[in-house]
Formats: sequence, C-alpha cells, structure tokens
Amino acid sequence: MIDYLQRNQELVLEALGEHVVLALLPVLIGIVVSLPLGYLGVRFPRLYQPMVNVCGILYSIPSLALFVILPVVIGTKVLSPVNIVVALSIYTVALLARTVADGLRSVDRTLTDAATAMGYRRIRRLFGVELPLALPVVLAGLRVATVSNISLVSVGALIGVGGLGALFTRGFQLFYAEPIIVGVLLSVLLAGIADLLIVLVQRALTPWARLSAGRV
Amino acid sequence: MDSSYLFDPEHWDPGAAGSIPQLLLSHLGYSALALLFGTLIALPVGLFIGHTGRGSFLAINAGNAGRSLPTLGLLMLMVTLLGLGLTPVLIALTVLVIPPVLTSTYAGMRSLDASVVDAARGMGMRPSQVLLRVEFPMALPVLMGGFRSAALQVIATATVAAAVGLGGLGRLLIDGLALNDYSRVLAGAVVVAALAIVLDLLLGLIQRSIVSPGLTGRAVRTRRAAPAP
Amino acid sequence: MITFDEVVKVFPGGSAAVDHLSMELPTGKITVFVGPSGCGKTTSLRMINRMITPTSGRVLIDGQDVTAQDEATLRRGIGYVIQHAGLFPHRTVVDNVATVPLLLGSSRREARRAALEVLERVGLPQSFADRYPAQLSGGQQQRVGVARALAADPPVMLMDEPFSAVDPVVRESLQREFLRLQAELGKTIALVTHDIDEAIKLGDVVAVFREGGRLAQFGTPRELLERPADAFVGEFVGRDRGFRSLSFDTADSVPVRPPGDAAEDGAELVLDPAGRPLGWLGPAVGSPATPVPTGGTFSSTDTLRAVTDLAISSPVGIAVRVGPDGAVDGIVRHHDLVDHLASRRGRSGAERTA
Repeated sequence: MIDYLQRNQELVLEALGEHVVLALLPVLIGIVVSLPLGYLGVRFPRLYQPMVNVCGILYSIPSLALFVILPVVIGTKVLSPVNIVVALSIYTVALLARTVADGLRSVDRTLTDAATAMGYRRIRRLFGVELPLALPVVLAGLRVATVSNISLVSVGALIGVGGLGALFTRGFQLFYAEPIIVGVLLSVLLAGIADLLIVLVQRALTPWARLSAGRV
Repeated sequence: MDSSYLFDPEHWDPGAAGSIPQLLLSHLGYSALALLFGTLIALPVGLFIGHTGRGSFLAINAGNAGRSLPTLGLLMLMVTLLGLGLTPVLIALTVLVIPPVLTSTYAGMRSLDASVVDAARGMGMRPSQVLLRVEFPMALPVLMGGFRSAALQVIATATVAAAVGLGGLGRLLIDGLALNDYSRVLAGAVVVAALAIVLDLLLGLIQRSIVSPGLTGRAVRTRRAAPAP
Repeated sequence: MITFDEVVKVFPGGSAAVDHLSMELPTGKITVFVGPSGCGKTTSLRMINRMITPTSGRVLIDGQDVTAQDEATLRRGIGYVIQHAGLFPHRTVVDNVATVPLLLGSSRREARRAALEVLERVGLPQSFADRYPAQLSGGQQQRVGVARALAADPPVMLMDEPFSAVDPVVRESLQREFLRLQAELGKTIALVTHDIDEAIKLGDVVAVFREGGRLAQFGTPRELLERPADAFVGEFVGRDRGFRSLSFDTADSVPVRPPGDAAEDGAELVLDPAGRPLGWLGPAVGSPATPVPTGGTFSSTDTLRAVTDLAISSPVGIAVRVGPDGAVDGIVRHHDLVDHLASRRGRSGAERTA
C-alpha cells in the first residue's frame, strides 16, 4: 500500500485535494444558508414544522439520484462538479437548518429573558446570547453533516467527479484492491480529522461547557 | 426535461424484464434483506450493551465510524476482494446497516430512566421481562430513529451498488449514464427519490403506531387541547 | 415480622454500607428507617426484597429467609414504592397499576379490575385510568406509585423516600392519606426517609441509622424524642425535640383553673353572651379600651404541645380551654404548665429506672 502511494503520489494528492474542496465547500455554504433559515424557524414558530418536513424529505433523497436530478433543476451539465457541491449543500442545509432551530429553541428561556431585561435588542441578543448557548447543539449537527459529506463525495465518481472516489472506480476497473483501500482509508482519515477539528473549535468557543463538565 | 423514459408505458410493464416495477421490487428486496441481517446482528448486540453497559465504547463510536465509511469504496472493495455477485454487495449493505441500528439501540437503552427499571425489577419482573416489557418499548423512539436512517442509507447505497453489478433501480442510473441516455438516468433518479421519501414517511407512520403515546408527548398535547372531563 | 439478623453489606471497593444490623420490624406496623445520607438505610431496605444481596447475615420475613425463594417470586409478594414513583411512561395509569397482578398470572380483565379498585382506594378518580404518567402531576404520580404497590394486596410494603419528591403541601396530604390507608390495611411497612419529622409523623417504630451503616437507636418516636440513646440521635432529632415530644400527650392531663383566677396575673377574660372568649383586659395587657384577642383556644383532645404553644404565645401567658360548644370552661396559667411539665419529666424518668 505504501508502495502504491509512492508510485501514485501525485494522483492521490490531487484526488485528496479535490475531495476536501468538494466536501467542505458545501459545509461552508450550508452554514451560511442554514443559520438564517434556522433562526426564521424559531422567530416564526409556524414555519418550524414545514421547515422540518421539507428538510426531512430533501435529506432522504439518495445522493446519486440527487446528483443526476440537479442538472434538470439548475441547468448544469450532468458531469459538472457543481452538481456535487449543490447536492451536498442541500444535505448540509437540510440537516443544519433544523439543528440550528432546535439549538436556539433549547436555550433556556430565563436566560433570554434576563438578556432582554438587561436591555439587549433582538439581533444583539441573538449573536451575544442565544447563538453561543446553542453552539454545542449546532456544532454536533455540523459534525454529522461534515463527516457525511466527506463520505458522500466519492459517490460522485460515478458521474466523473468524486475526489478520492476516482481511486475506487480505478481500482474496481482494474480489479485491484490497493487504490480502493488507500481511498477508503484516506476518506475515513479525512472525516476523522475534520470531526476532531470541529471538536477542538467547539472547545475553544465554549469554554464554559468544559468548566462545568469538569466540576461535575 | 426529457421524461420520455419515465412515462413510456412499456417501462412500467410488470412482466417485462428490466421494467421499472421489476427493478423497484428487486431494489426493495436487496434493501430489506440487508436491513434484516443488519438489524438481526446490531439489535441484540445493542440491547446487550445497553442492558449491561459493557462495551459501550464500541456502541457509541459505531455510529460515527459508520457515517465516515465511503459507501462506494466499501462496495467496490468487497467486490474486488470477494468477486462479483450478490453476496459481497449484501455484506457491504449489511455492514452499513449495523452502525446506526447499534448506536441508536444503545442510545435508546441508555436514555432510560434508571428509577423505572429499578421499579420494574422491584415489582418482580424477571430480567427478560424487564428487557422486553420495559426497556425495549421505552427505547423504541430512539431505536426507530436509527432504523429509519439505516433504511435510507441502504436504499441509497443499493442504488450505487448498480455500479458493481447489482440489479435494482440503480441500473437505470448506471446504464443510462454509460449509454448517455439521460432520459433513463432521470427516470431512475426520480423513482429512487420517490421510493426513499415514501419509505421514510411509511416508517414514520409505523413508528407513530408502535411507540406508546405516553413517550412521545402526543398524549399530553391532545389531553391539554381537550377540556378535562 | 421482618427480621434483620446480623446483616452486613460491603460494596466492592468500599467500606461497610451496613454494619451488623439486627432488628425486628413488627407486623402490621410502619417502621421508618431514618438517618443522614450514606447511612445505609436504603441499602437495608433493598436487602428485604433482594434488590441488594447481603455480604453476610440474614433477612427473614415471618421467619423465612428471603433467599429461600426465587427473587422474582419474592418481589411480587412485596409492594415497592420509590421516589419519583418510577412509573412506566409507556403504559397508562391502569396498566401500570395492573403490573404485578398480571405478573402473578391474573387475566387482563381481572388485573384491570383490581387496578381500578385500588386506584379508587388511593383517591384517584376513574378518569385518570387511561392517562399516561406524563399527564399527571408529581403528587398524582406518587399516588399511582402507591396504588401500583398495593394492587396485588401484598402483606409487606417497602417505600423508599416515597414523599420527598413533591412539594410540602402535597406531601402533607399524601402523608395524611397514607396514614388513613394504613389504618384500613394494616400492612407491614418499611419506609426510608431522611426527614426526621416525617419519621416521627409516620412511624410506629423508628430505626435511626448513623454513618457507616450502624443502628443508632430503634424505638417509638416518643422514645426517640424523650430519651435519645446518645448525642448523635439527640442532635439528629433536633434541638426542639422536647417541645415536639409534647405532641404525644393530650391536654386532658393539664390542671385547669376557673377563668377568674386570671386576676392573680392582672388580667380579665371577657366573654360574649354565649360564653365564648372575646379577649383580655386589665393591666397585664396595658389596660386597653377593647379586649386583646386570645390568639386561640384548645380543647381537652388537643395535644400538650398545642397548650404549651398557646400559653407561650398568649398576651398574658394564659391558655384558654373551651368545651365542645365553644364556651370557655377553664384556663391554664403558664406557671402551672411549667410545674406540670416538670412533674411529667419526673414520671418518665421513673419509667426509665423501672
């Protein structure tokens, strides 16, 4: 396996780089879209249930199907990497919008009341009090979305753009296990590192959670 | 949008080989088999770990590990190692069912109120009665959540498995892509998506009917809405 | 009768939770296990139905070692009530209560009928039967918990902090009803609490535990208050134990004087035409124009504690006794009361040496 890596260093690194971009770009897009969406679901409680339902339906569409339906909907080429990015962004939003809403709803009412009583305006309170307190829930959802994205990217190899998935199709065509094993291991490793990074970010951003956990 | 393949009545003839109903049926068949095998393995293990608390590290991390496994890689690796055929594919699908079912069974069992289990034992339930009459029904909501995501995972992966020779709806997608027949690809995608959505809704309904209203908060809401007798 | 015979429990890696415990819980009575946390009272209770196995020693019910029967069978014959009730959230109230009858082999119909009967007994209306525990208040859940323990009519009941998870007002009413129920049923009950007041209120007999799982004192509530075995028990039952022990005597033993004797204290009791007290006049209350209210009266069925409280809180140091019609029939001056309490202490001292 080491041998395979040495011989195909360039190819593997290129696939890995593509994989990272294809998986993480949707995570960024997902965060940007789902934060306001989730907030709307809390601000207007009547929107919450419809939002949850739509998210559930989108999330249940199998990835390969979504990859190939998108060209019809957004007018891209069938083999365009944009399809992968948009599809994974949809999954990320479907998961995170609900998580953001649930996270905000989980914030203790007495705390938001206290903030209001101290004179926080709505937006300031959202960023100063509610979002920080919802962070553990939101980041837990982000971990799931990120790890799923990383493993889903490779399905894109079936439509020609799949990062490490290219190693799978290559190994399968040659009936040769090494590239597949390398691809699987790298993909799992990547997911593990991303997961760990989010955990570290969470620790840095929510020092109070660690303190109370330590005392208990 | 070219929907000619999807709406061609010929492709809906249940008697014709490779017709959409036949592909749908085999898709469901493979998925059901994998769900059955996976659940048969993961459920008892999850119940055991949840009941005894032994091996909880495995149960907690199975879910994460399962999610990070690239499904296409797993399928292709199995086939490359074990040869073409149904068995390697079914093994791969089963492997994907195990983590969500195992983790959710465990999480469901751990979420139980210890005092309720204590009361059950104290009233004279035998261990098997405590497990089946108290712990299992109480763990069911969480457990069903895991089963539903396992079902979706299997439907999606069985589609991808057409790339390694499995039948089912994935054939329309893979063959269509190979033949540059986008109409066929689209037909397969639409039917698979519809299948997944309908299945998830159906499992949701089943969950509603088998989970006690005392656990979901539904009973509380309806009672509050109606005036007290 | 439940007998603890030299029972020891040592948890793995820990010190003794219960240390050579020997005592007998009388049949048909409430025995309360009380003590600070970590004193082994719950552990002792749970050894009766074998939720915990003793390290050594035996627990017997009516002379039979509890280990003689299979543990599930043993437990089905012993009612079990715990803090927070521990109701099955996925079953309705009636199904919760029917649990043990069903385990004992009753048909569904019989079990439900028994359950409905016992629900009525604990004061829950039929309309609650088909609700789920989540739809009940804490006090209602606790009632269902008691009903569930009573459903198969077991002779023995174990109750672990049954009333401590509800608010004080609800707790009062649950305790009262529990005593009323026990007066009807006469079960042999072991009840754990950390609250000494609850122990004195509910217990026919009280077992006070101390840290390290040792029995500090075993006796009636009165013995505990009047003759604590040592400083630990004295401290635990509290500083006002002497005052509280007055609850065990009725006021009929207190010497009463005619109302006119109040003049000796510079006070005059004003009555209405029906003989009911209106209040005090005279120099003792600063010679006011209108009578100062007495602050309450007692009758001969009240406790000695009530009389003492009245005498202390009265504006003139005199408690007023009334008859069944509400008319004044005598007074108790606090000097007389102090003499009476002193002679009473002399009596109980004589009992101790006897």
